[in-house]
Amino acid sequence: MMTEISLNVLDVAQNSVRANASLIEISVHADTEKDTLTIVIADDGCGMTEEQVKSVTDPFFTTRTTRKVGLGIPFYKFAAESSGGSFNIKSEKGKGTVVTAVFGLTNIDRMPLGDMTSTIHMLVTLNGHIDFLYNYKVDDREFTLDTREFREILGGVPFDEPEVSNYIKEYLSENKLEVDKNITL
Amino acid sequence: MKTLEELKAIRDRMQGQVNIREEDGDAIRVVVGMATCGIAAGARPVLTAFSDAVQEKNLSNISVTQTGCIGLCQYEPIVEVITGTEKTTYVKMTVEKAKEVIDQHLIRGQVVAEYTIDSDKLGK
Repeated sequence: MMTEISLNVLDVAQNSVRANASLIEISVHADTEKDTLTIVIADDGCGMTEEQVKSVTDPFFTTRTTRKVGLGIPFYKFAAESSGGSFNIKSEKGKGTVVTAVFGLTNIDRMPLGDMTSTIHMLVTLNGHIDFLYNYKVDDREFTLDTREFREILGGVPFDEPEVSNYIKEYLSENKLEVDKNITL
Repeated sequence: MKTLEELKAIRDRMQGQVNIREEDGDAIRVVVGMATCGIAAGARPVLTAFSDAVQEKNLSNISVTQTGCIGLCQYEPIVEVITGTEKTTYVKMTVEKAKEVIDQHLIRGQVVAEYTIDSDKLGK
């Protein structure tokens, strides 16, 4: 089991990386009115067949050869559903995959969101060849990180260059603080 | 709000320096297992500790990367340090152990034997 939702996001986004995605969109949206926390991870990677989509929530299904279990998606699904939420995967071979998890925002069994800044920072700096579009929203306050925008400004300077990496971390944490105000997800 | 103007300033400062850094080559590779097993066991803060140290201590000959599951889930978080042809596998890592490996192995070149995998335990 993961101890926070942001670790599930990191884990599930790795699937998009392995699917050879060129753009991975991640949105985290808390809605206090509807009492939901919705997380969408969408990629334009290789996608899955209908049969694979049906099997991925089965812990004993994996495409790996190093071990016989695949717990990433089952963990994530369980985390969402046990908080009174829902879980859905849509995928099309050759087009990409969309994983949507809805959590009950104030449900006692919802894990804390945790350190989203670390998760996104790690994904962006370790996968310099992939673009990320990250949106973080609490009710009507939001911020977006678009690596395509960063890339255009930076020219050839890579994301894992210390100063750039640090900027990305601060961009994520400072903007999140402003969006959060006094809410802790 | 953090602005994109700051990023432009960084680019202007960096552009002349990037080429120099690339010529250093990567003498040491640090590879952290980041599959479900690794992440659940605490690999994220371990990887952050390594990449932060590389930045803070300006260890430009070290690259920090991630890998998937290598089939030893019970030993996660696993960190491999690759120098030339030598590979050292550290198991059950924590942030504290990572700091020791950074100081002893990455900087001074001394393997921290007590944190490495004991090949006998693998039952081979």
